[in-house]
Amino acid sequence: MDARLLPTVDLDTIFRPRLAQLLNVEEMTAKEKLFTFQFKDGTPLGQDPGQFVEVSAFGIGEAPISVSSSPTRGDTFELCVRAVGNVTNALHRMAPGATVGIRGPFGRGFPVEEMRGRNVLFVAGGLGLVPLRSLIHAVLDMRQDFGAVTILYGTKNPSELLFRNELAQWEARDDVDYQVTVDVADESWRGNVGVITTLFRGLPVDPRNTVAVIVGPPVMYRFVIREVLGKGLPMGRILVSLERRMKCGVGKCGHCQINGVYVCQKGPVFTYAELRNLQEAI
Amino acid sequence: MPLKVIEKRDVEPLVRHLMERFQVVGIKKKDGKNTYGVIESPAELRLDSCATITSPKKYFFPQRETLLQFAVDGSWEPQAVVEAQPRIIFGMRPCDIAATWMLDMAFSEVNPDANYLEKRKRALIIGVDCKEPCDEYCFCKSMGTLEVETGYDLFFTAADDTYIVRTGTPEGEALLEEWGKAREALYEDRVKLRAVQREKDERFKEALEFDVEELPRFLEDSYRSLLWDVLGEKCLSCGSCNLVCPTCYCFNVLDEVKLNLSEGERYRVWDSCQLEGFAKVATGENFRERRGDRVRHRFFRKGKYMKEMFGRFGCVGCGRCTRACLVHINPIEVYNQLKGGE
Repeated sequence: MDARLLPTVDLDTIFRPRLAQLLNVEEMTAKEKLFTFQFKDGTPLGQDPGQFVEVSAFGIGEAPISVSSSPTRGDTFELCVRAVGNVTNALHRMAPGATVGIRGPFGRGFPVEEMRGRNVLFVAGGLGLVPLRSLIHAVLDMRQDFGAVTILYGTKNPSELLFRNELAQWEARDDVDYQVTVDVADESWRGNVGVITTLFRGLPVDPRNTVAVIVGPPVMYRFVIREVLGKGLPMGRILVSLERRMKCGVGKCGHCQINGVYVCQKGPVFTYAELRNLQEAI
Repeated sequence: MPLKVIEKRDVEPLVRHLMERFQVVGIKKKDGKNTYGVIESPAELRLDSCATITSPKKYFFPQRETLLQFAVDGSWEPQAVVEAQPRIIFGMRPCDIAATWMLDMAFSEVNPDANYLEKRKRALIIGVDCKEPCDEYCFCKSMGTLEVETGYDLFFTAADDTYIVRTGTPEGEALLEEWGKAREALYEDRVKLRAVQREKDERFKEALEFDVEELPRFLEDSYRSLLWDVLGEKCLSCGSCNLVCPTCYCFNVLDEVKLNLSEGERYRVWDSCQLEGFAKVATGENFRERRGDRVRHRFFRKGKYMKEMFGRFGCVGCGRCTRACLVHINPIEVYNQLKGGE
């Protein structure tokens, strides 16, 4: 096009991260740690529940990580990270005081305002609890604004359960129906055994006023979406968050693309109504 | 915008003049092949040859480009890096001008990308009209890119011993003004231009068996076609098509630490949606593991997704991917097969 029509741009580009300090590291499981960060300039991250950031381990690279904390809880933010690639392993080697780079928050998070007044059915599989926790905290911090709250959580085995202190708190609350299951039990496990869909048997769900929020591995979506459709929920009130390789986070690099959709721009949160015709989505 | 005329013998002096103020880039011979490169001496510039292997996008979106400089320990604020210099691309073909329009859209929509846009804005584009098809692989006429109305500062069309020059922008006009040797076009020049354009149009044949506006629908109807499996079995996933494509803009971002081990830079490099790991995530899930799915993704981007995003096709019909493909996957054949003999 005519170069004069091109937008003026900030030379402090979309690729420059801001510096953040690692305040605290908490071991969650053998593979996952919870990191608490604060921007060096003291500003809050300003995320919506469900958004993600690009984390720089300088010299190693950058990786997209979902934010695990709610904006309703202070100026620090938390990332729960599994050590699985170069950047995440570098994070796992860091101690409090270390500096990382953060770009974001990016993407479309959960539509909290639209969910107000409704029952919320949370379904988390494995690491899916990490992004979902940001929304669970937001909902629990504004508990009176929502109807019935149900949290279903499943992992492969008990050793993979994340945020154990919080799970106990949810379990103890009268205003939350919390249920957990593991695919394979160990000697200590006294709870449900079976895949997460087994929790749906007899689960009371009012299809007129419930939003289902499902986050987990791709295989889980296929089965859990079937369950909530079976409860009568409309496709527009079934929310999922998709994992993709968001290399740039700003809708350019192409890695996160599902058919014609850039997940870093239109997602990672989608309604099932938006996904049903995207063949590559789930 | 006014029409000007330049004598062919004055092009070399013009290039020499431009080289004083700009880096001049154009088509030249390298190892016997036509390629866009920096013009070191005016005689190198070949305005009448086409079918370059790679496209001029590398001057706006280089194969490797530094984005950031940082301290490994984060002890100082990382600095954004934007490299750009005044440049003239002399002799860009209509297909590449159309492709540049596509990249302009991709890098200015939503989150404007300074690294692309600064290079783009500091460049002047002098287009040159084609006289005949590059070879049997180009199909610009079918893709609607044989003629371009905008996207250039000046546009040269050869007619006898002259170039008739369309001015596209005030910057282009000023360039000729300041040089001082272009004359105003006369009535005869306008007549000549129309005749040349008519002859040119006759030499280019339609390669597609349908109106290209139907392409998105043919693709949509063929999402589950076995054609993608067949192409997937042929395709070697080498990514050559992406490297030579004038509208492919996917990239990877990597860090590199300097020898002092305390500082480093982050850079982006061209990437390919045809490579196996392109859509793979850390947990091991690969969302386009099958080769046929990756081939389909590329064809859908060019013929449907980019059209939906930006209003024009991601394919400009330059034929570069066909020339570069080791197993002769040819979009003309693929598109015509999609039509399905309706």
